Amino acid sequence: MKAVLAILIGLVTAVLVGIAWVQSGGLASHEISSGRTPEEAVQALMAGIQARDWNQAYARLANTSTIEKQDFVRDLAGSNGSLRTYSSLQSFTVWPLHATDQDATMRVRMTWSSAIGAFDDVRDLHLRHDGDVWKVDWPKPTVAKVPPQVIPVNYLRWDVIGRNAGDDWGIQNVDTPNVRITSMNAIERPEGVVLVGEVVNEDTVPAYVSVNATLLKPDQSALDQESSFDMIAHTLLPRQVSPYRIDFPGIRIKQIKNVRMDVKALLVPASADPVIAVTDQKIDKDALGGNVLSGDLVNQSGQNVDIAQVVAAYYDATGKVIWVSNGYVDQALLPQVPVPFGVDIPKDIAPKVQSYHVVVNHYSRNNA
Amino acid sequence: MPSMLKPILCLAFVWCLIGAALAADLQVPAQVTAGTAFAIASSGSGDATFYLVGPSSVVKRGIKLGSEIKVAAAEVQAAGRYVAITCGSDGCSSSPFYVVAGDPTKVSFLLHPSRVPVTARDAINATAFVFDKFHNPVFRPVNVDFQVVPKTGPAFTKSVKAVQGVAWMRMSPTPKEGPVKVIATVGNNEEPRIIQQVASEACNLRITARRTAKGVEVQTDSVKDCRGNAVPDGTVVSFTAVDSKGRTTVDAPIKKGVARTELPITGNATISVASGVVIGNEIRL
Repeated sequence: MKAVLAILIGLVTAVLVGIAWVQSGGLASHEISSGRTPEEAVQALMAGIQARDWNQAYARLANTSTIEKQDFVRDLAGSNGSLRTYSSLQSFTVWPLHATDQDATMRVRMTWSSAIGAFDDVRDLHLRHDGDVWKVDWPKPTVAKVPPQVIPVNYLRWDVIGRNAGDDWGIQNVDTPNVRITSMNAIERPEGVVLVGEVVNEDTVPAYVSVNATLLKPDQSALDQESSFDMIAHTLLPRQVSPYRIDFPGIRIKQIKNVRMDVKALLVPASADPVIAVTDQKIDKDALGGNVLSGDLVNQSGQNVDIAQVVAAYYDATGKVIWVSNGYVDQALLPQVPVPFGVDIPKDIAPKVQSYHVVVNHYSRNNA
Repeated sequence: MPSMLKPILCLAFVWCLIGAALAADLQVPAQVTAGTAFAIASSGSGDATFYLVGPSSVVKRGIKLGSEIKVAAAEVQAAGRYVAITCGSDGCSSSPFYVVAGDPTKVSFLLHPSRVPVTARDAINATAFVFDKFHNPVFRPVNVDFQVVPKTGPAFTKSVKAVQGVAWMRMSPTPKEGPVKVIATVGNNEEPRIIQQVASEACNLRITARRTAKGVEVQTDSVKDCRGNAVPDGTVVSFTAVDSKGRTTVDAPIKKGVARTELPITGNATISVASGVVIGNEIRL
């Protein structure tokens, strides 16, 4: 009798474990991990990348003979302190573009979470039917190799000597830089009101600039207050112009009587380097059919730039700023190596764009 | 009841007069210089308490009436109105006096702006506040010397009489760019400040280009304003090239008087240059 009870308890336990496994998606996971369809193969690869299980992900590739594992890992996990090194794969979406019995093309949108927010990476992956399973031909990453060389750079730097704590009363500091907002345009968007424009450093010293705006109601009381946050090039060299954008989500333009703009400039130590060229700029369509301003960034100095951010202003035929968008580049900028970028332009704005102006923010651990 | 009030008030007034007549007299100097010891003569006899109430301090000590009350230098460092009070068995007596600032020994100097274009007329404002060694503002007329030492050219001095403790002057920049030292001097005290005179907008901005192995090297001529002053290093010059691949822009800072960059262009292109509101020449390759 005791033996029957023990067997019964064991059976019930096994059944419950089985139900729990199925309930928790174990069956689906097993099916996906088997990679019996192209979609399952890509999902299994993405699951490995998401878990940072590089061995498992690399084993899903069909072209391991042509792609080194370290290049594959560097392509996804980043290198040289780039934004990708501070990111993790948050989610992914897979959909088919083309499929036959022997090969298929799948499009995957990887959404990476990072310190500056989420960003997408869309790739078209070719798959091959290999025995019972499908495997992915991972595009061979182009690893930029900077040849040994000497790049002469005349460094230009500004240092600031301020007043000391022990100084007597009346010891004045150096005046703050003279910066000016040259344009401001209020636009109503479905998500709220957006202020776009440009600010210029009219001084002969660098300025750390921040633009704030307060929306005023008809009774002149404040409706909302926001700042440009990262939608601006904060450090402006003399005569440099930066676009800015300030978002007021949930506000309608009819609620606003007036806008109070406030630009704050601080005198900060700064360097004139690195100089980053923005090459081959053009407005184009991306893989998803959206409008993008794309091009390459070329770091003309001799030191790496870890994280680069592109801020672009778009003008209409009258020269008015009609939109400002930005985008981070998830690769580090090695000296003299072009790195592609793309920033989105809303569908309704793109036809009105006649011209544009691109500035590049840069962040490096060495300069932090 | 109103008929009782009048005699009571009269009695109180007479009592006050008697009290004042009996209280000690204080003979204070009409004016004392800050940080100077002095003595106050008192009349009467017996023990009393001496109070010295000033703008930033109060002193209290026991004294003998009829003797001199010595006030230490440290007790009258702040300028302003003081009241000396003695309170003895016969009542209290008080006398006000003024402490004025001593000799001018310090100057606080404000020079604005820190950076000024050479073309800005009357744009430099120099203001000096004169103080004694205890930080009291000196209100009597005092000469403040503003010595201006340009980077090139002779130095000159302008003497300005301070009014109510403030001396100020306005001046135009010298024609040449560079740092100008302005020193405000009062007595032996000197306060130097540096003002940076800078070139105004670039004038006749011109570029030249030459093909290299990697593309096209573009360089400005020496960037100067219309008076021949070099535009400061670090000023951004924007190069723009348009070719069949699209547009290429570089914001390059001026270094050692010129701005240069290398544009990755191999075919035909149009290259232009601008700095601030100034647009330079255009080159077609």
